[in-house]
Amino acid sequence: MLTLLFDGVAYGMLLFILAIGLAVTLGLMNFINLAHGAFAMAGGYTTVLLMQHAGLPFLVCVPLAFVFTALLGALLEVTLYRRMYNKPHLDQVLFSIGLTFMAVAGVDYVVGSTQQLVQLPDYLKGRTELWDGALGMGHYRLAIIVVCALLAIGLQLLLVRTRFGSQLRASVDNQRVAAGLGIDVNKVFLVTFAVGSGLAGLGGALGAEVLGLDPIFPLKFMIYFLIVVAVGGTSGLTGPLLAALLLGIADVAGKYYVPKLGAFIVYSLMIIILMWRPQGLFVRGGK
Amino acid sequence: MNSVSHRLRSSSQPRWWEFGVWALLLVLPYVMPSHALLISEITIIALFAMSLDLILGYSGIVSLGHAAFFGMGAYSAALFAKHIHPDPLWGLAVATMVSAVLGLVCSLGVLRGSDLTRLMVTLGVALILQELANKLDFMTGGADGLQGVVMGPVLGRFEFDLMGQTAAWYALLITLLVFLLLRRVVHAPFGYSLQAIRDNPLRARAIGIPVHARLMSVYTLAAALAGMAGGLQAQTTGFASLDVFGFDRSADVLLMLVIGGTGWLWGGIIGAVVFKSLHSVISAWTPQYWTFWLGLFLVLLMLVGRERLIRPWTWGRRA
Repeated sequence: MLTLLFDGVAYGMLLFILAIGLAVTLGLMNFINLAHGAFAMAGGYTTVLLMQHAGLPFLVCVPLAFVFTALLGALLEVTLYRRMYNKPHLDQVLFSIGLTFMAVAGVDYVVGSTQQLVQLPDYLKGRTELWDGALGMGHYRLAIIVVCALLAIGLQLLLVRTRFGSQLRASVDNQRVAAGLGIDVNKVFLVTFAVGSGLAGLGGALGAEVLGLDPIFPLKFMIYFLIVVAVGGTSGLTGPLLAALLLGIADVAGKYYVPKLGAFIVYSLMIIILMWRPQGLFVRGGK
Repeated sequence: MNSVSHRLRSSSQPRWWEFGVWALLLVLPYVMPSHALLISEITIIALFAMSLDLILGYSGIVSLGHAAFFGMGAYSAALFAKHIHPDPLWGLAVATMVSAVLGLVCSLGVLRGSDLTRLMVTLGVALILQELANKLDFMTGGADGLQGVVMGPVLGRFEFDLMGQTAAWYALLITLLVFLLLRRVVHAPFGYSLQAIRDNPLRARAIGIPVHARLMSVYTLAAALAGMAGGLQAQTTGFASLDVFGFDRSADVLLMLVIGGTGWLWGGIIGAVVFKSLHSVISAWTPQYWTFWLGLFLVLLMLVGRERLIRPWTWGRRA
């Protein structure tokens, strides 16, 4: 029971890191980016390929995955995404589906369609049992929880305490007024998009062992990222965090207790929540 | 007043070329019997795209899960033919009804909320149904698909042949009937009120259009027609498999509609023809990676603006 809860929390934390970039792009630019999973996949493949071919240790590869995906995100933001911000949602959806298709087929072509395995270092492989096995914690999952929690706290501080954070919040609240106050909104967008993509890449790198990694990763997990954002709302970090934890726990518990129903529970829960509160579960004044 | 009614009426009159194109389409299976299977396939997805156009082009609801209704229709028609009665028209009626009921239920989910909420709800419904069809394998055959569907002759006279000529005519005639019905619907006050809702729901409500009721009815109608397309597919191929609910199918039909142009009835037909031709050309050249080129096409199309594709005279200008 506790073990399930623990696994659920680890899964949820991972989903939070993966999806938070999507929440920001949606809240900030009002852009529905279905290609977000492609960035996560890019991070995962960066790690796997660096470990296999360059022989770098896991702990070096994960930050590199962040850097690489952030750069990729920045590049795409400047060249492509920026032109799409003012288009209708249908165009954005199709554009990002197109990007996703390209990423899926491209990775399939370059790396192949097989599932990639991550060789974890030995010190992350163990498992600790507490209270006569009532709570079994895989060390790797423990590490994921710690890292993601630290990241969440860091992001919250960044958002609330720093100058960049207030510029970002100002741009989210009202783009035109923020620009009028002399905030370089384009630069804020660029940095935010890059960091969001980087975090997705980091999540993909960390999650490659837990979630699996193959070319259809972006399509497989797209719905999960979207659930986190749609249920959690886009107005802060707390909403998506709670939504991600809820989703993680519900998914793990659902698959354990009623494996026949599979992902059924999660989808039904999502639809019910969205019909009840279309603006998200944790939004102030949502109804 | 007089000029308004005159204008509305003239826009609803069929053009001379529309008769010509339909006549051409109807003789196609006779002229090219070896391509009859392809013709019925294209006709069916054209019907599917038309049904999506009702909610996307005319009412402005972005759906990523329209395949839910297509799949529902396909499985209903296949199961009906297998267990109850092999007559195709009855089966088609059942498939349409079942999907309409499903659409009515789902329409409650698309009334409220933003585009994102609608995307999520429509996508979620399709995924749930796919999951259901997968798990209820005693009935649907699960991942193997539902096989061994044998159809009776259409109207008791026209047997489905191996070449697919009957299937092509059957699909073409049904689609023509739907086309005629839809052109009546979209040029009726009902259709104009939908466009008003698409352009500005708040104002539409202010001038007394019952927004929720209209959206629910059009969503139900679109679901029914998508179910009809699914039913046709199951009947003409004698097979229903999990991919009828797939995300790819929902995305493809969106793309077709965008290629052909949203908000007019020919959009779905033109889009289906162009899309299928593109598909067969590209996948003959590179079968495994054709989605890459599809993606590239989508990205470029969206960057230059989709409305320019059907207006070649704007290609030279800058956006």
